Amino acid sequence: MIWQLDLAILTLVIVTAIAAISVKDLLGCAILFGAYSFLMCLLWAIMAAVDVAFTEASVGAGVSTVFFVAAVFRTTRRTRD
Amino acid sequence: MSDLIPIIVAKYNYWLYIVLMMIGLYAMIAKNNLIKKLVGMNIFQTSIILFYVSMGCKRGGAGIPIIQHGPDAGHHVIDLANYVNPLPHVLMLTAIVVSVSTFGVAVALAIRIYQRYKTLEEDEILARLRSK
Repeated sequence: MIWQLDLAILTLVIVTAIAAISVKDLLGCAILFGAYSFLMCLLWAIMAAVDVAFTEASVGAGVSTVFFVAAVFRTTRRTRD
Repeated sequence: MSDLIPIIVAKYNYWLYIVLMMIGLYAMIAKNNLIKKLVGMNIFQTSIILFYVSMGCKRGGAGIPIIQHGPDAGHHVIDLANYVNPLPHVLMLTAIVVSVSTFGVAVALAIRIYQRYKTLEEDEILARLRSK
């Protein structure tokens, strides 16, 4: 594990998490959540957990984002917070 | 106090996981939109998964536990410092799949709630429930 890379990507993960819960648009929230999942996948590849990394890349960043975007298109993009 | 700071800095990843977990908890409690609450729940779950995988991780070039077996490689000593612990990975693989299926069911419920109440905001749903 390279701790400099780990710390940098972990900081980016926290920034994306704060952005995903504070953005005022649910479609933007979906895209930021996909970016969050992808950064999480990079974090697992750094920690030498490659099986978790490709599960997260396919299931977390792929299927979750598709579910999220489909739900936003079936409901509404509007959010107050 | 001065000997406490190296301990805190050496475990920086655990403190950042706690920050991530508190972001998720805040989103689950304080956000008004149902989808935002689901995002908070996913952030909370991934922080716990990160904590578990990080416990099995080792510094200093430890790789994935693939051990060579062959005709002349059967009886060598395995140095455990060269391999990460794979047990948390397998446990957390299950947790990722469970979290995605939980997210799918919750999103389906949110779609049904929207079809019935025409809103995803929690206070508007509660106001419509009370007015009936």
